[in-house]
Amino acid sequence: MFDFLDGYDLLGAFWVTVQLTVYSALGSLIWGTLLAGMKVSPVPLMRGFATGYVNVVRNIPLTVIIVFSSLGLYSTLNISLGASEITDVNFRLAVLALSAYTAAFVCEALRSGINTVPVGQAEAARALGLSFTQVLRLIILPQAFRSVVNPLSNVLIALTKNTTVASAIGVMEASYLMKGMIENEAQLILISAVFAFGFIVLTLPTGLILGWVSKKVAVKR
Amino acid sequence: MSSVLYDAQGPRAKRRNILYTVLFVLVAAAVVWWVYDGLASKHQLDWIKWKPFFTSSQPWETFIWPGFQNTIKAAFFALIIALPLGALFGIGRLSEHRWMRAPSAVVVEFFRAIPVLILMVIANQAYSEYTELDPETRLLYAVITGLVLYNASVLAEIVRAGILTLPSGQTDAAKAIGMRKGQTMVFVLLPQAVTAMLPAIVSQIVVIVKDTALGGAVLSFPELLASVRPMAANYGANTIACFTIIAVIYIALNFSLTSFASWLERRLRRAKKSTGAVVGTGPGGAPETVGAPVVIMDSSAS
Repeated sequence: MFDFLDGYDLLGAFWVTVQLTVYSALGSLIWGTLLAGMKVSPVPLMRGFATGYVNVVRNIPLTVIIVFSSLGLYSTLNISLGASEITDVNFRLAVLALSAYTAAFVCEALRSGINTVPVGQAEAARALGLSFTQVLRLIILPQAFRSVVNPLSNVLIALTKNTTVASAIGVMEASYLMKGMIENEAQLILISAVFAFGFIVLTLPTGLILGWVSKKVAVKR
Repeated sequence: MSSVLYDAQGPRAKRRNILYTVLFVLVAAAVVWWVYDGLASKHQLDWIKWKPFFTSSQPWETFIWPGFQNTIKAAFFALIIALPLGALFGIGRLSEHRWMRAPSAVVVEFFRAIPVLILMVIANQAYSEYTELDPETRLLYAVITGLVLYNASVLAEIVRAGILTLPSGQTDAAKAIGMRKGQTMVFVLLPQAVTAMLPAIVSQIVVIVKDTALGGAVLSFPELLASVRPMAANYGANTIACFTIIAVIYIALNFSLTSFASWLERRLRRAKKSTGAVVGTGPGGAPETVGAPVVIMDSSAS
């Protein structure tokens, strides 16, 4: 029944999806945290920059950003991010685009987390003489991160699904393989079911595990 | 000004902020210079590459406007089909009968877990195998089908959250005056829930508009993003200029929708007549509004 799978590297394609997700998740977490830090900083210019970035990036389709990274950055400006082979170039550009896009949502989630920390916490920290960066790093962010596990897990699930857009620039992940398979094999329903199942396997545990973690680590107030 | 993070600033803090500002400006200037230099050395900033968009209406009439129309068409039909479907499944999930609740839950969770792109590709193939649609209509149908399946399930969650924000007294009162379950839903619960849901629905429109671009990139449905390639080919490899124009259109359209949603949310939260509960727009955006929308109960609204 499943012989149509012969000759296709199903696991390999899903492995690329997982790699895209993990690298982009790390990238967007770092960049998103920096953005959130800027957004709550006392420097008006940084606040303005972070707000502008989030508003612009949130309102552009991810597809436009990813296609731009290939047609604009690579083909026009020859930016290849240090890779020489075209598959590597596409993969790295996709990670860059996904990180830049997802960071806006990470930033929003973190900022809402910072707002849940009671003012008294920061006031107490300042009374001890901690500086802004110390307050942010030692007192606010640890509490904020614990309260945003749930929103962040939603962002992560969305990112997992968004990696499919990378197929638009030829990254050979799951949806790229699926597109090829349903053109060549007359097994539309079975193929669809296999890939649907694959994505459910990737996203469902993420939601369940992180949901459990978020209950576990939430600061009880 | 003070916030959770800092107080009104003293002289030292002010000096430090100025230092940070200067450093930030320096870094930003370096980045801008690097980008400018990169663009200029590839002749992407030459006036000839940008001229077509500002001096003639030809690119707008030939490429951008038809693409924009297709984007809006797909988004509009997806929305008006997904809304009632979403309402149906949202209410289904709240039913007292397991035989209604369980299938609704399965359908909603299933279509939320699958990427829209995959839904579109499957729909496209299914239409080409099992129907006689001509290719142009088929692409439009495929894009709309993909968008509807995903967004109806997200809207179902919004509807469910909206109805759950209502105080149980509303149902009790409706029962007390002898309304049937259907009547309670149609005349009492839904009208109130719609107000609470409006901001979330408006921000879902942004998600739908953004996702239409998938149709252009993956199925070559001739929407706004798809007009970049022919345009860049036609006006002398002005890829950067074309992308800039397209991005600005998307941003203008979606930013007005996002702003409208947050204005609506603030307004509803202030409104005296409502319960003050609003289904928040969440950290949503793109194919990423997953998970139940955040229900924000604001007790300070009175």
